[in-house]
Amino acid sequence: MEVFTQQLINGITLGSIYGLIAIGYTMVFGIIGMVNFAHGDVFMVSAFIALVTLLLVTTWLGIGSFVVALLIVLIVAMLFTSLVNWAIERVAYRPLRGSFRLAPLISAIGMSIFLSNFVQVAQGPRVKSIPPFFNEVIVLMSGNGYDVAVSYKQIVVWIVTAALLLVFWFVVTKTALGRAQRACEQDQKMAALLGIDVDRTVSVTFVIAAALAAVAGTMYLMYYGVVSFADGFVPGVKAFTAAVLGGIGSLPGAVLGGLLIGLIETMWSAYFSTDYKDVAAFSILAITMIFLPQGILGRPDVEKV
Amino acid sequence: MAPEASGLASRVVGALRQAAITGLIAFGLLLPLIGFNTVQNIRNELVLETRWPLLAALVAIIAGGRFLHALLIAPWLARRALRPRPEHAPRVRFARWLVPFVLGFAIVYPPLALSITGVQGAVKWIDNFGVQILIYVMLGWGLNIVVGLAGLLDLGYVAFYAVGAYSYALLANSFGLSFWILLPVAGCLAAFWGILLGFPVLRLRGDYLAIVTLAFGEIIRLILINWVPVTNGYAGVSGIPRPTFFGIPFNASDEGFAARFGLEFSPIYRTIFLYYLILALALVTAAMTVRLRQLPIGRAWEALREDEIACRSLGINTTNTKLTAFAMGAMFAGFAGSFFAARQGFISPESFTFMESAVIVAIVVLGGMGSLIGVAIAAVIMIGGTEIMRELDFLKAIFGNDFDPNQYRMLLFGFAMVLIMVWRPRGLIATREPSTLLHAHHGPLLRREPQSNGTQPSLVRERQG
Repeated sequence: MEVFTQQLINGITLGSIYGLIAIGYTMVFGIIGMVNFAHGDVFMVSAFIALVTLLLVTTWLGIGSFVVALLIVLIVAMLFTSLVNWAIERVAYRPLRGSFRLAPLISAIGMSIFLSNFVQVAQGPRVKSIPPFFNEVIVLMSGNGYDVAVSYKQIVVWIVTAALLLVFWFVVTKTALGRAQRACEQDQKMAALLGIDVDRTVSVTFVIAAALAAVAGTMYLMYYGVVSFADGFVPGVKAFTAAVLGGIGSLPGAVLGGLLIGLIETMWSAYFSTDYKDVAAFSILAITMIFLPQGILGRPDVEKV
Repeated sequence: MAPEASGLASRVVGALRQAAITGLIAFGLLLPLIGFNTVQNIRNELVLETRWPLLAALVAIIAGGRFLHALLIAPWLARRALRPRPEHAPRVRFARWLVPFVLGFAIVYPPLALSITGVQGAVKWIDNFGVQILIYVMLGWGLNIVVGLAGLLDLGYVAFYAVGAYSYALLANSFGLSFWILLPVAGCLAAFWGILLGFPVLRLRGDYLAIVTLAFGEIIRLILINWVPVTNGYAGVSGIPRPTFFGIPFNASDEGFAARFGLEFSPIYRTIFLYYLILALALVTAAMTVRLRQLPIGRAWEALREDEIACRSLGINTTNTKLTAFAMGAMFAGFAGSFFAARQGFISPESFTFMESAVIVAIVVLGGMGSLIGVAIAAVIMIGGTEIMRELDFLKAIFGNDFDPNQYRMLLFGFAMVLIMVWRPRGLIATREPSTLLHAHHGPLLRREPQSNGTQPSLVRERQG
């Protein structure tokens, strides 16, 4: 029971990070129907930007307050990652919109290779680790010599994720921007006829996706304390699995899928073997695609002639 | 004179403005990761270092490039777009002599390399360039059946390559069977896996299929890593027997190839033999593809690629059609895999990462899906281009001794993928015309039939095989 509760806490934390990345996949797929293969690497780049900002804030500016430092890191990482993703969309995807189906996917795979190798060249191939900080934990219960603890870091991850999801939810459902976005998802041509700037809406979608990935990247860096140039691929695929599991195109689905994947992964590691935890994630992806292609909350795909 | 000068001035100003905007964006993009570097100091702590000169240089290069593009290249492109396009006839003639020329060059390449660089240099040129490129040409042609002909995007193709390589390595090491027996066995096993993995994904289309095949590819790689008793995990399989010249080994013994034929022993003979072996295997793949395209199954593949629903309405069994495409593609990957294992003598899961699949898919799509010569050209550009990066030691003289061109290989590879896609979304050679057309005329693959007087032209005109 203690192990289960502990894994539940860990799983929800990991799942929040996956959920944030998954929203990026699901939004981009919803609006232009492409699997943004480079999104996992955008997440990795954001973690590096957060790393640089964190070092800048703590060692150069000498800000000791954890909350202030985290806030600055979050905002800077979100800004710069948004710029990166905006530029990627502009350079690699926009010229291919309306082209044949595989072209954007191949371009995105190229972008993914480019980003991870760019970071490898620019920042070196070694794993970067930050000194441990903010390590206090709250012991919730103990039994059989095993303490169930929730760390302050995990609480921060939950609060930040929940707060940003709320803001994001408000933007998508209540603002003109969100309405434009949903209109473009349904019918781009019609939306354009009604005076919506489709290009701008797609750009904004990429910016929002990147901002949420940057939150995930910052949380990842803070929670694990390490990041390397190769950290984009596997979290990216898992977040994509989360998006598919929840129903691609559905925003609550992405969060739900993220939490499920996080829980499955931690439970699998705790009760079966850590060696095969990635096999579990990939198998879930394949099984969902084959037996439940519309996902848990998604709409079924209508086949049109 | 005056309006012209002011026109030039306004163009320069416009280009300058664009260059400034681009420079600003580039500055924002590069500031965090180029402007700052995270390094470990003596106490193993991460500290920041600044690289302002490098940042300034990169931003200047990008802004300068944008300035030249806006001032010179963009107007030139706009003028060229206005000019009427020439007919495609010259390109067809070009393609006609291109194929025999490339084939001839591929055949005379080893003696040519030998005579130019001598025995020492030739091993490197034939092995690193010739054999390496030909492996990817063969993989590209194999995947071309799945992606180019049947239109099924397979992002886990490297899994079948791995099945072929491990089949040969494990069977040869455990049972001592020879390369020539295991080559077809590896192909069959890979084809079997193709059917096994193809079966559950048949209902999926497009991107979904791509992602599931990616997942399968990763699962196979993770099993290779974790199933240590059989595959030896990360350590890989070593001591794999090398292929023999129809039973004659390439070694220094009296029974060896060199001794039998009265030659002085040299590793070059094996390299040349391996080169012609992979060339033959690749050509078999190409020949099979060309012939299959004219068989009913090949036509069904192309029909499937163009429109699956129409295909089903016409009574084509899409399940079997897709499965044969998967199996056929996987079989060639199996051949290539067993060749790879035999050439390396050592294999490990590191050789079969997702990156390899991405590279092969990139070659097929960049070359122009369905075009054999396009795929070959793309393989030469992408693999040969990145291999040649290993040789650019003179760059050290420019950028200093720390400069290692090798680490920029994949960076440029990814960049080239994006660039070629944006430049030619349908690939370098974009002829996606089906081998068989309704009311066909002028198709480059079709031979025009003499029309007999008074009869209706046949409804479906077919290429005479």
